[in-house]
Amino acid sequence: MAGAQTHRLGNGGLVDRSAPLNFRFDGKAFSGFQGDTLASALIANGVKLVGRSFKYHRPRGILTAGSEEPNALVELRTGARREPNTKATTAELYDGLEAASQNRWPSLRHDVMSVNQLFAPIFVAGFYYKTFMWPAKFWEAIYEPAIRRAAGLGRAAGIADPDHYDKAWAHCDVLIAGSGPAGLAAALAAGRAGARVILCEEDFVLGGRLLSDGGMIDGEPAAEWISRTLAELAGMPDVRVMTRTTLFGVYDGGTYGAIERVNDHLPSPPEHQVRQRLWRIVAKRCVVAAGAIERPIVFAGNDTPGVMMASAMRTYVARYAATPAKRIALFTNNEDGWRTVETALGAGLQIAAVIDARPEISPAHRSLASKGGFPVLHGSVSGVDGGKDGVRKIAVSLTGGARAEVEADGLAVSGGWNPAVGLTSYHRGRPKWRSDISAFVPDGAPPGMVAAGAANGDFGLGACLSQGFAAGAAAAHDAGRTGNAGSAPVADDEVFSLTPLWHVAGKGKAFVDYQHDVTASDIELAQREGFESVEHLKRYTTLGMATDQGKTSNVAGLAIMAAVSGRSIPETGTTIYRPPYVPVAIGAFAGHHRDGTFHATRLTPSHHWAVEQGAVFVDTGLWKRAQWYPRAGEKDWLESVTREVKAVRSGVGFCDVSTLGKIDVHGPDAGAFLDRVYINTFSNLAVGKARYGLMLREDGIVYDDGTTSRLAEDHYFLTTTTAKAGLVMQHLEFCRQVLFPELDVQLTSVSDQWAQFSIAGPSARELLKQIVDESEDLSNEGFPFMGAREVTLRGGLKARLFRISFSGEMAFEISVPARFGDAMARNLMLAGAPFGVTPYGTEALGVMRVEKGHIAGPELSGTTTAADLGLGKMMSTKKDYIGRVMAGREALVAPDRQVVVGIKPTDETRRLRSGAHIIPKGQTPGPGNDQGYVTSVCFSPTLNQWIGLALVERGRERIGEIVHAHDPLRGEDYDVELCNPVFYDPDGGRQRG
Amino acid sequence: MRIACSFCGERELGEFTYLGDAKPVRPEAGASEDEVFDYVYLRDNVAGATSEYWYHGGGCRAWLKVTRNTLTHEISSIEPAAGAGAAKVGA
Repeated sequence: MAGAQTHRLGNGGLVDRSAPLNFRFDGKAFSGFQGDTLASALIANGVKLVGRSFKYHRPRGILTAGSEEPNALVELRTGARREPNTKATTAELYDGLEAASQNRWPSLRHDVMSVNQLFAPIFVAGFYYKTFMWPAKFWEAIYEPAIRRAAGLGRAAGIADPDHYDKAWAHCDVLIAGSGPAGLAAALAAGRAGARVILCEEDFVLGGRLLSDGGMIDGEPAAEWISRTLAELAGMPDVRVMTRTTLFGVYDGGTYGAIERVNDHLPSPPEHQVRQRLWRIVAKRCVVAAGAIERPIVFAGNDTPGVMMASAMRTYVARYAATPAKRIALFTNNEDGWRTVETALGAGLQIAAVIDARPEISPAHRSLASKGGFPVLHGSVSGVDGGKDGVRKIAVSLTGGARAEVEADGLAVSGGWNPAVGLTSYHRGRPKWRSDISAFVPDGAPPGMVAAGAANGDFGLGACLSQGFAAGAAAAHDAGRTGNAGSAPVADDEVFSLTPLWHVAGKGKAFVDYQHDVTASDIELAQREGFESVEHLKRYTTLGMATDQGKTSNVAGLAIMAAVSGRSIPETGTTIYRPPYVPVAIGAFAGHHRDGTFHATRLTPSHHWAVEQGAVFVDTGLWKRAQWYPRAGEKDWLESVTREVKAVRSGVGFCDVSTLGKIDVHGPDAGAFLDRVYINTFSNLAVGKARYGLMLREDGIVYDDGTTSRLAEDHYFLTTTTAKAGLVMQHLEFCRQVLFPELDVQLTSVSDQWAQFSIAGPSARELLKQIVDESEDLSNEGFPFMGAREVTLRGGLKARLFRISFSGEMAFEISVPARFGDAMARNLMLAGAPFGVTPYGTEALGVMRVEKGHIAGPELSGTTTAADLGLGKMMSTKKDYIGRVMAGREALVAPDRQVVVGIKPTDETRRLRSGAHIIPKGQTPGPGNDQGYVTSVCFSPTLNQWIGLALVERGRERIGEIVHAHDPLRGEDYDVELCNPVFYDPDGGRQRG
Repeated sequence: MRIACSFCGERELGEFTYLGDAKPVRPEAGASEDEVFDYVYLRDNVAGATSEYWYHGGGCRAWLKVTRNTLTHEISSIEPAAGAGAAKVGA
């Protein structure tokens, strides 16, 4: 049975007492209510100790009630859904919630690492840098792992996240961050003007500080104004209000990032629903009404559980009806802190004392104190007596030097408010100092963005409403929405009087950055050691570098730095603000792009047929290509590939080559255009013929190759490599549009429109005759090598037929509309059965191209010239073309360049591996005598040994030379003979056959 | 970042591919190696407004000439890049 909620008020608050929820913290059962956060439910159960600090393992409690929380971080959920460093202050309670504290062993109450506190004097800023310097190799092996175990946050689940994450786009006129008075007023104005509005609120309830602080708006209580306003907004079809959604980033051109916690408030997402959704929102205007963050005052023992921000304390009391303490002391330097006293008194709690650092206190508060029967002490808190069970006594330094003690079990602290300047500063805007509130306010906001209300440094309720309303109306107007916005809601402004106080000197650790355990003395040390710049201060002490990004600590830290370095706060300045505003799970950025849907998958037209054949597939870019087709009884891939190669060389085989890029080039200047992009000439290609082409980059290096056919006077059909299909299209469009606009030519990508098959082998023609119409002449005279034309297939389908060969055999490539690709594969199997037709995959294709000495990806490496590849003679001297001039540079035509040659191991039984370096025989391998490397290898069934291609210095002059292959990666050394790269049918008789 | 394609309207950055400086003009046939070298390699490193090529590969496949401020990413003009890099014959 869950424990009673000992610290829950009998009535009030926004919790549903009819909906109790059971949960466990560190294995212990508790109960809370619908409407609680984990933090408020823990408070309602009297739990004060929720975590251990990062470095010193000090006991820590709940400091805030929002996403700025530095202390109350827990591991939420269990198993694969375990999520470390989750803020208890924003985690919505659900039935069955399980959370565990972090960074403690064996338990939160008895943490052996709290011994670190005894060594606290040596754990100062830069301790690790200074201490673990020697010996250097100990760092990775010993020091770092040990430090990481001792210091740290929660543990990642370590197993795959079972949930789904989504990504979505949204577009609007006016985007509003925050649903406090300024945000709601902005939405009202923009919505009434007719704007398309999106309002994002990170909380699960709308209203912002109104939910905790109340007030009167338009003569009615804030709660009634909120519900009336939400009803009006709900009636506007173009206004979208998103709760549980944090705007975390601002990007160029009015693009914003937001994270929607769709189902984080449930144990696990309902079936077919996502856990979180990443929104990219495009907005013409943005109103930041993200409010302000109350800042702590730095004093000794300010991290004791039970010390809490004053605004958070009244949030827990007013909104959650949970009492963090029974007897509360307030330490404030401003008027606003007193609201906590009013709230606590209203809830029947006891006030122990108010310690006010200001010289003057308003008469109203004086009379409140006398009515409430508690003392008002002019001075500061200088120490806290307490521990893991919370605050016991508070030491006070009175103005004038006397000391006092206050007995209390809770201390509310208010050091003033810092506008949330994150979003407005993400384009390197530097916030500016406003001395009347002693805080930085937005300046240099990204284009189209404006801050309103507390986010702009104007904290009064009336100001928030009028500023928000005006900002919303102006934003709508700027976006071209000019409807009548009506009049702004009205409320009084509270007085905001503040005397700056950042740090109270005293004995004991005084924390600035709670999450990273950075103390005031660390900052003083950093200054003494010369790390005065805020950017240096940040990196040396790690101030503000924890998961909360210093939301409660940065300004206090730089105020202390300003004081010790004798500069003003604005002179000291702020660090650069960077998104995300709150931590965003990597899973949300990935969305559905994980596992099998990491990227799009392209299937060849015959894919499903190949699956039926039992093909093994290989990923080539986005494509799945059949790599080989194993048959029963074959023991490995080599046996299957060898069979496929032999079948092609002795009979006939076919292979789906649809992945090649295909481009139709149309127009009277098509030939002239191709002449300018290829090194060789296409304008003189006869209609009905194909030609191999090579294109360079403008710097003279080979870009891509492929065959291009002339199907009509003004129509060429160009193919690219699979890898470069998209890039070549882009390059050709650049040439066409930007460089050669005078040419009358059009390009059409038809890569996906045609299914293309290579049909290769001595029986290829006989097989084709079974496929094409009887009237088609496929004889060597009627359709010679490098012929290209449209043919009619049996049944009337038109196809494109090319007599080109990559394998070195008599071969054809046939293109049919992609939707007939599957049927073509099946027909080739049927028609080819009498000839023993064998489907072959990319491995056999690769073996045959190496046997034939054809270049491919490994040789088109982005470093090779046409001459390196043995194709220098193709470079026309009669025309200009892309890359021509640069290809003539001295180093690109140097005689000692590495060029393509064949290699054979001197030991015919040895396997070759690509990547091995070529070294002159008899020399010790080293960078000075590295003469090239092996690019492609295969086992040649035809030669019954391993063969390969290599790029070797002066290789063509060295045919017959024995060189050394050195493969340090695999620890192999052996001799190879340099040879002609065309191992098979060097005179080409078979392909012309 | 968002780019208003001259043909398709405003679209998201992911639809586009960046090429680089749109100022160099491809030298005429017969230009010297030095001229071509400058065309291929020499680029200004501008802090401020610069014109550059963007390709709308995820849309209409138009090459665009975009004037963008490298300090703020603000785009001040977008036009089709037709002929922007073409040799100025007789110039």
